[in-house]
Amino acid sequence: MNTKFPERSFPVFSPVAEHSVLVEFGDRIDRDIHAQVLRLNRALAAAPFDGFLEAIPAYASILIRFDPLLCDHAMAVGKARQLLDHDLPAVSKPNLHEVLVCYDDALAPDLAAVAKSIGLSCEAVIKAHLAAQYDVFMYGFAPGYAYLAGVPQRLQLPRKPAAMRDVAAGSVLIAGPQCLVSTLTMPTGWWNIGRSSTRILTDDAHKPFLFDVGDRVRFRRISRAEYEAGK
Amino acid sequence: MSEAILSVSFAGPHVSVQDGGRAGLMRYGVPASGPMDRRSFAAANIALGNPADAPGVEVSLGGLALECVSGTVSFAVAGGGFIVEHAGSRRSSWSIATLRAGEKLTIRPGPWGSWCYLAFAGRLQSQQWLGSAATHAISGFGGGRLTAGARLSIADPARHAKREGGIPCPVSARPRQQVRVVLGPQQRFFDAAAISAFLSENWSMTDAWDRMGVRLAGPAIPPQAALDMPSEPIVRGSVQINGDGVATVLLADHQTTGGYPKIATVLDCDLDSFVQLRPRDAVAFRPVSPAEAISLSRTIAMGTSAYLHAIAGKGRDARAET
Repeated sequence: MNTKFPERSFPVFSPVAEHSVLVEFGDRIDRDIHAQVLRLNRALAAAPFDGFLEAIPAYASILIRFDPLLCDHAMAVGKARQLLDHDLPAVSKPNLHEVLVCYDDALAPDLAAVAKSIGLSCEAVIKAHLAAQYDVFMYGFAPGYAYLAGVPQRLQLPRKPAAMRDVAAGSVLIAGPQCLVSTLTMPTGWWNIGRSSTRILTDDAHKPFLFDVGDRVRFRRISRAEYEAGK
Repeated sequence: MSEAILSVSFAGPHVSVQDGGRAGLMRYGVPASGPMDRRSFAAANIALGNPADAPGVEVSLGGLALECVSGTVSFAVAGGGFIVEHAGSRRSSWSIATLRAGEKLTIRPGPWGSWCYLAFAGRLQSQQWLGSAATHAISGFGGGRLTAGARLSIADPARHAKREGGIPCPVSARPRQQVRVVLGPQQRFFDAAAISAFLSENWSMTDAWDRMGVRLAGPAIPPQAALDMPSEPIVRGSVQINGDGVATVLLADHQTTGGYPKIATVLDCDLDSFVQLRPRDAVAFRPVSPAEAISLSRTIAMGTSAYLHAIAGKGRDARAET
């Protein structure tokens, strides 16, 4: 175990089945690496090539899917390289979203445990969580599960040893540098520090998901009464 | 507007409404979903004169029984070698008949196959999510799972007398015990012995299956490095190896990203046949180059298109009688 890989020189292009190319810009979670993912993501959206179907951005990589009847791996790699070699138009400021969160004891079952294990008060944990600005790095796991990077260093904890069942939709969860607001009732091993009344799955046909990858998020504290009124 | 009403008297697990799926939303954590065996699903619809992606019912090994409460509607059953009992007669899947008020229809596993499709001549009324009735199993979004007591409503039901009878079952609809893969994209996590074991050993399907994926039984091929890769995109067909060396093939309702390395990816054009394998059936993985993968997929797409064209033609001149 723990074999070291030979250094790879990024970007790395790998064929996937008969329909995709995976473009990797690094092998760790890092803002600069993610910025390159966003750059190719934007370039593909602005200038999709013939046969392009969709692009799936992740932390350090982006998958480019194409129609194998119209395109092949070599063509897709060629197009991606061409886009990367060109200067892209200036990036507009990322959208900033405000997500409402209630930290009431009943809706924040792990808040006290988080506070205890890092030696802070619950209020100090809340303050630190609210002070940070988060980046939408990717979606994954389930519909609308947006992985937000930016949890302050002192709030970073490894996930719990065992998953909790039936964690409610809308839970504000943290693990390591990541935060997410769940959209479904699901088991999770992440720390549940609050509940949000903000809907990530918006039910708006024109904008069904609140965030796009690359957007920014800040949390705003609400009372239990505001939560109940807004949910 | 006329309608036919069906009442579900029994539905096994994993029986759900599906349509052509919701492609293009993986960036939001949403897999395409849709039928596990897309080709057989299209065949059931096309044979009735429907669009290939019209909503229909996906029947699992758990089976389905329903009764027509009111109305008259032709239906097609395609996919697998299931047994269809209808109004006292018994036939195999790959057939078209007409269901009338008071008649019962039962679909249960037969000699082969894991998935079977039921399409109706008319519009199956179903809940949509993001423009598609395909059921995403873990959220329940879309048309939804069918359970006993559920009612199905078919708007503008038609009777296609001239289409009644058999639908030819193409060889390509049979299960494939040898599926083609392109290695990677994370084969660097595995040493030569593990890759060789993956490609040369016999694997088998297990009982741990659902619409998200199927776990395989076979040699343990643990990754040779710490699992510290940041989550990367997953596709339908990704062969993911967990820390204990157990292989899972991700399917229609797959997670869109994950942190386990993917040793290989099954060609999308082989997945419809792969999913028709049953628990304990043997399966082997044969590597092909990306260029061979493209060429195989084009050949298979041409075959599928010619087949669907041929079955659409049958009864094309038939007038719908209502």
